[in-house]
Amino acid sequence: MTDDSPTGNAPRTVARVLRDRSEQIAQRWADLPLFQAVFTVTRDEAVEACHSVLESLAQVAETGRVDDIEAPGFGTIRQQLAAMSASRSRSGLSVGQIDREVGALGAAPVEILEREAEDADGRDVLLARLLWTELLSTFRVVVIETTLQENREIVDRQRQQLMEMGTPVIKLWDRLVAVPLIGMLDSARSQVVMENLLEAIVEHNANMAILDITGVPTVDSLVAQHLMKTVASARLMGADCVISGIRPAIAQTIVQLGLDLGPVTTRATLADALELALERQNTNVQGLPPRA
Amino acid sequence: MSTDERTSFRLPVRNDADLMTVRQRVRGLSQEQGFGLVQQTKLVTAASELARNTLIHGGGGSVTVELSTDGDGRTGITLVFSDEGPGIPDIALALRDGYSTAGGLGMGLSGSKRLVDDFEVETTPGEGTAVTATLWSGPPLNGRR
Repeated sequence: MTDDSPTGNAPRTVARVLRDRSEQIAQRWADLPLFQAVFTVTRDEAVEACHSVLESLAQVAETGRVDDIEAPGFGTIRQQLAAMSASRSRSGLSVGQIDREVGALGAAPVEILEREAEDADGRDVLLARLLWTELLSTFRVVVIETTLQENREIVDRQRQQLMEMGTPVIKLWDRLVAVPLIGMLDSARSQVVMENLLEAIVEHNANMAILDITGVPTVDSLVAQHLMKTVASARLMGADCVISGIRPAIAQTIVQLGLDLGPVTTRATLADALELALERQNTNVQGLPPRA
Repeated sequence: MSTDERTSFRLPVRNDADLMTVRQRVRGLSQEQGFGLVQQTKLVTAASELARNTLIHGGGGSVTVELSTDGDGRTGITLVFSDEGPGIPDIALALRDGYSTAGGLGMGLSGSKRLVDDFEVETTPGEGTAVTATLWSGPPLNGRR
């Protein structure tokens, strides 16, 4: 980088200020909410974090890639930024509010650059300020990107967990499995249910399966279609299905909607379905009184 | 019949998550208005079917939910699903049980009609469709229907 380049000495000036005045800037940044509210154990911890951000920004300034969010200098602090923005998100801040807090970091270096204006070439300082402003804008985008990425990962993880959690297959008895369905059965979830059920049928060598829909709030034609497809596939695997947990309001709605669950055996409660299954298997449970 | 402006609201029907919101809001409103469990279930199920039609056949749209009262002191919830999709070329055919152009069971439109008290489809090919469905809180007192 020579003085002939359009930005002149600016990249070096900015990098020098960020490094030489690192302690001064870090002490001021550590009092800003972005650092203070995140590193609550000791102030030293916040100052330490400020130093690593400053070093990373200095590296980016030095390489002249101040408009590049992929600049290698940012790489070293991405994890720290993710942890900081996650912490601010947990405190209830929106992405916009976090961005404003990042923007507040601009003031301290600007003041130092201006104070240096008295003993330096005016044009140089102006260019350095412009460069710092651009660098800060890029840094803000990096923080937003990191925050959104973090949120996206959380949502993906939760969706995955919900799918797994919502569809356990329980072995109830020898060769008898049950799936307690909870929540709305959309296409993606019903696919997971079907896969889990079919696998369980093989694993437990089941000849009967109970689908309990007590926890399904609405049974419309799409849910019914998914249920019937699941029943049909289980049957192909040699397992008969019983659908249980059909509440009175759901029963009336299914009839008025005109859905024909005719080919599927249904029972009002899981207990009824279990009784039916045991009867069909000719299983006599010793020691239990007959159900009323 | 008068419409209570304060309780009318409009929800988008653009994706699967919107369908969930529509079901939850309709369920919440029918609970608030003292609808019985069967009435609630019928209305939510009809809303689910019609919202899915708006999404799949209409390419997305919106639903307006309105409260009204009639001379007998009953409360009614009216759902108006509208889209700017291709419209329905043959309403009689679309209302026939088991007729589906989307690989479904073909019970959505015809079934919804049976679930509610008043049902109306307005459609213009190429311009869109509006389906209006109303469910009243109790049976008609004057022996209508």
